[in-house]
Amino acid sequence: MTLDLPFIFLVLMALAILAYVVLDGFDLGVGILLPFAGRGDHDIMVASIGPFWDANETWLVMGVGILLVAFPLAHGIILSALYIPVALMLTALVVRGVAYELRTKAAGWHKELWNWLFSLGSLGMALAQGFMLARVITGFAHGGWQWAFGLLVALGLTGGYALLGATWLVIKMENELRRRALRWSRAAVMLTAIGVAAISLATPFASARIMDKWFSIPQILWLSPLPVLTAAALAGIWVFVARLQRGLSSREWVPFVLTVWVFVLSFLGLGYSLYPYLVVDTMTFREAAASDASLLFVFIGAVIVLPFIIGYTMFSYRVFWGKAKALSYGE
Amino acid sequence: MFDDPVLLSRVQFGLNIGFHILFPSVTIALAWVLFYLRMRITFLGDAASVLRRSYYLWIRIFALSFAVGVVSGVVMSFQFGTNWPGFMNKAGNIAGPLLAYEVLTAFFLEATFLAVMLYGRERVPNWLHLTGTFFVAFGTTLSAFWILALNSWMHTPQGFIIDDGVFHAADWWAIIFNPSQPYRLAHMLIASGLTAAFLIAGVSALQLLRNRDHQPARGMLRLGVVMAAVLAPVQIFVGDLHGLNTLEHQPAKIAAIEAIWQTEEAVPLVLFAVPNEKERRNDYAISIPKGASLILKHDPQARLPGLNEFEGRHPPVAPVFYAFRLMVGVGVLMLALSWWAAFTLWRRGVMPRRMLLTFSGTTFIGWVGVLAGWIVTEVGRQPYLVYNLLTVAEAASDVPAGSIALSLFGYAVVYVVLLIAYILVLTQMALKETTGEPQAQDVLRAGGLAPAET
Repeated sequence: MTLDLPFIFLVLMALAILAYVVLDGFDLGVGILLPFAGRGDHDIMVASIGPFWDANETWLVMGVGILLVAFPLAHGIILSALYIPVALMLTALVVRGVAYELRTKAAGWHKELWNWLFSLGSLGMALAQGFMLARVITGFAHGGWQWAFGLLVALGLTGGYALLGATWLVIKMENELRRRALRWSRAAVMLTAIGVAAISLATPFASARIMDKWFSIPQILWLSPLPVLTAAALAGIWVFVARLQRGLSSREWVPFVLTVWVFVLSFLGLGYSLYPYLVVDTMTFREAAASDASLLFVFIGAVIVLPFIIGYTMFSYRVFWGKAKALSYGE
Repeated sequence: MFDDPVLLSRVQFGLNIGFHILFPSVTIALAWVLFYLRMRITFLGDAASVLRRSYYLWIRIFALSFAVGVVSGVVMSFQFGTNWPGFMNKAGNIAGPLLAYEVLTAFFLEATFLAVMLYGRERVPNWLHLTGTFFVAFGTTLSAFWILALNSWMHTPQGFIIDDGVFHAADWWAIIFNPSQPYRLAHMLIASGLTAAFLIAGVSALQLLRNRDHQPARGMLRLGVVMAAVLAPVQIFVGDLHGLNTLEHQPAKIAAIEAIWQTEEAVPLVLFAVPNEKERRNDYAISIPKGASLILKHDPQARLPGLNEFEGRHPPVAPVFYAFRLMVGVGVLMLALSWWAAFTLWRRGVMPRRMLLTFSGTTFIGWVGVLAGWIVTEVGRQPYLVYNLLTVAEAASDVPAGSIALSLFGYAVVYVVLLIAYILVLTQMALKETTGEPQAQDVLRAGGLAPAET
């Protein structure tokens, strides 16, 4: 039996990126929402992501790591082309990570400063990632229209992260904060819906190849469920948030799960649009792939280790299950 | 320099990796210290109340250091691609899998169990919390193992074939356990031990200067001093072995370290000099006759290769030469300080004020040694990225110099601010702890956000 290793690694990379977007998405979202809450609520909101953000961020390293390991030729091209947004994202990431720690260790106005930097870092990461996504979709083309598209996707993804964060807080918060999280969810779902619609409309105009891929027959037929399902999920979030607000339901996890589902569907659409390219119209994943010997070596390791990673990740979510409590080192 | 993209890329990567290594240097060893404290607390039971206070101060410092290490490490994982795309194109088949194993086996392990270690005390049984603490320590060490395997391979490459200009792995065992790997790994792990030891001793000394009777600081000061006193001589021995290994595999680096311009016999050991790159000789040299031959070959008449044998492909001499002397100086100072302190503690049980001041002044001396050491080994590999096979210039990206300069400026500002904040907050935490003032976390609890039970 021969393994199609480049394809396997393409799937693995896609899964790692999806895992990153969903997992770090909710903790970035909580960071983005922080300024909308009262000062007294900051600690408990951050406590809801405290045990997870570090491991969540590791999926980003995993995603870029697979790009590096499996597709070294594309890795250099993509990261060089995204040089400035990557630098911005990393600066935001560093500031955010350090602010997370310092906000619990500093006191007085220092603490406020680090809270503020934590939010700013979260927002910066979301915007930079959205912008990078737009650059990848358009194949790094330059021009005024491309910049506008970049801005649009940056705002859209930020809205999506805010929705993930808000619906996460619905699960994790109680009383007044939970009510607030529900209100944020309503606002964020509107923004996300506008973002998804606008990006979907703009994408075919940003790339002629994608236009062709979407609107030719018969592709359009079996692609059509995607926007329908996405719209249904967004509407479902809206409806469920309203039911939770009125106390008609107690299934608090539904809006979050539906939001994840929106991300999965969008990601599928994106994957379909870009496949088989890593650098649009220039380099396919097969052209970029590393040697089979190297891929096999990593594949064996991944098959052995990944179940453990998934296992102890689930263990960690179980340990910190339920409504968030203030984090303490246990003194 | 602002229009040379290769130089800018090097400065940027050097700045990043230099900032990053400060924090793993602390956390690799500190994780094991915390595991040790945690074990003692478990087995001593109620008798461990003093230890417990130390543990909670140092777990805070660990959490802070770890976070800075993680985020600056993420930056590095991107800069391999943004700054050195040529490295990935040519050596991706070797470098990629080693980095992948680091992510798979170490990063997720430490990141996930860090949460259990930091916040899980009241949520999991004691044995599980201990296990989590062990996994964090094990993960940090494993991470060092993989990244040093890759770094060592870049110094002493083997186990590959080159096909059409691209490296392909032929023997993974040979790649991972390449000739310099065991020495570099041991040297770095002990360096981390010494960095943590002086950090622990220095912070504890600072606490004792504020409050002479602070029991937790006394215990930790003793722990730091003993760690340093044991590790310093071992480090000097291991460092010597590493140097001999370098002579065998990278003679140009040794020639630069010792500033040996011409191949000759009975080579003197240059203690100090101003290397003159233009004239290819040393100015104002103070040397010990036959010293270098004796140290490097254990034979006063031995012949050593000089830089003349590597013209055009040896590193710049001055930075390697000076950094090496700085590193050795730090090592000797660590040995002297720790033995002097260990002797004093053994005879008198306490440290006099002058010694406390000395130790609080050398809190971050490990960082100086670590940075100097890395400058020796990395600048010493120049002009190559993979020794003798791939030059740095070949691997550089074609990103415009302006973009690199801009991002370099951004990183530099952020790093300087963060380093200052790190040192200030660390000092503040330590001093507050001596007076029993509530820490930020306790304030949180007093606000009624969490039950006050322990």
